Amino acid sequence: MREFLTEYGQLLVDGTLATLAMVFISTAITYVLGVPLGVLVTVTAPGSLKPHRGLNAVLGWIVNTGRSIPFIILLVALIPVTRLIMGTSLGTAGAIVPLVVAATPFVARMVESSLAELGPGVIEAALSYGASTWQVIWKVMLRESLPSIARGASITLITLVGYSAMAGAVGAGGLGDIAIRYGYYRYQDDVMIATIVILIVLVQLIQTSGDLAARALDKRNR
Amino acid sequence: MGGYRLEWRVMIQLKNLSKTYSTHGAEHTALEDVSLTIEDGDIFGIIGISGAGKSTLVRCINLLEKPTSGSVIIDGVDVTAFEGRQLSDLRATIGMIFQDFNLFAQRTVLENVTFPLEIRGDDRADRERRGMELLDLVGLSAKAKQYPSQLSGGQQQRVSIARALANHPRVILCDEATSALDSLTTNSVLKLLRQINQEMGVTMVVITHEIGVVEKICNRVAVIDGSRIVEQGSAAEVLEDPRTDVTRRLLGRVRWDA
Repeated sequence: MREFLTEYGQLLVDGTLATLAMVFISTAITYVLGVPLGVLVTVTAPGSLKPHRGLNAVLGWIVNTGRSIPFIILLVALIPVTRLIMGTSLGTAGAIVPLVVAATPFVARMVESSLAELGPGVIEAALSYGASTWQVIWKVMLRESLPSIARGASITLITLVGYSAMAGAVGAGGLGDIAIRYGYYRYQDDVMIATIVILIVLVQLIQTSGDLAARALDKRNR
Repeated sequence: MGGYRLEWRVMIQLKNLSKTYSTHGAEHTALEDVSLTIEDGDIFGIIGISGAGKSTLVRCINLLEKPTSGSVIIDGVDVTAFEGRQLSDLRATIGMIFQDFNLFAQRTVLENVTFPLEIRGDDRADRERRGMELLDLVGLSAKAKQYPSQLSGGQQQRVSIARALANHPRVILCDEATSALDSLTTNSVLKLLRQINQEMGVTMVVITHEIGVVEKICNRVAVIDGSRIVEQGSAAEVLEDPRTDVTRRLLGRVRWDA
């Protein structure tokens, strides 16, 4: 065990940090893009605050298209775009573009479903007191859905942990890269098992802290 | 019914209001040629069975529903075409309470009550002072920091009444405000509404399917059935001498087997 740690400890620590950086930076950027997209899809839906059939159809199509491309293919297909934006398609920086592109439609759909949990009644109440569309979105829809959106964020983080491992296969580094290089190409089962254990712990930590955060945020049922 | 009515000011006037929905090409008429006059300071009941068009009618008053034709006149101003800022300002002067309360679950009781002031841009100290005043009025100042889920149905409706009053409204629209409450709670909520009407002179439009609500607090009543107003008059008269079958049905004056 000690031997294993001296030999691979640093590698695994670096890999974990690289994975965390990829996942958290991508998630942050994804939410900056995905929340407005999810809100826009919601409010332009028929019968909602600002129904707009055309825009709603286009946005829905974009979201569905984004979600229907398998990540491993998106990853390769986006390499030129990634180079253009980040200057490289390798390393943590190179992974962020495909991760954000893959996760944004996913987050948009999750935000949309969080907002849909909110009954039409509270929105109607806000409108009846003279709230503007913007105030309804900000002060009612997003604020009332915050616990649900937070629950979605832990799902997103966990999904991106998985995606980041795939990104590792094409040069992004991180735990996925280690698992493939050592576990797959060199048949070093111990290194692969170590990455799996670290991934399991990461996912558990994310899920548990996500649940705690959502529970602390949610003022219902107390 | 003498000339004394001329001294009253008309608060709400609905003229030949119609509302038609078209879903998937099929037309559905929710309101047909509805005309009503509601005086300032009145408690006006609108009663009808489910699906008669009551909810649509009350939502036309604050234009949550846009009438297909006809006009809505509030305090002498034709507001039917109001939009944007003008519509928001109008709605701010009309409070509304709902069957399911529609409180904001993630806001405290006090934050719920002050919501109409928050969206108007009042500063926190002012709106909290007003909010506490209103919670006092509805007897819930001790619950200011709690959340709606910690309150009973009757308490939640009191919070929503306080919220409806925050902006010093001229009118409060009550959409089946007591239909989700038991009979004792219903009485205390109705008394509170009557007290607000008497002390502050707020005009109340009370939508209900329960004749008891009309009996207890309404001065005047209109009966709506099949999207039309079929009968209206003083509550006492209509209850005493109903002219239509639907009114008699609502009064429970029918033979079960008939």
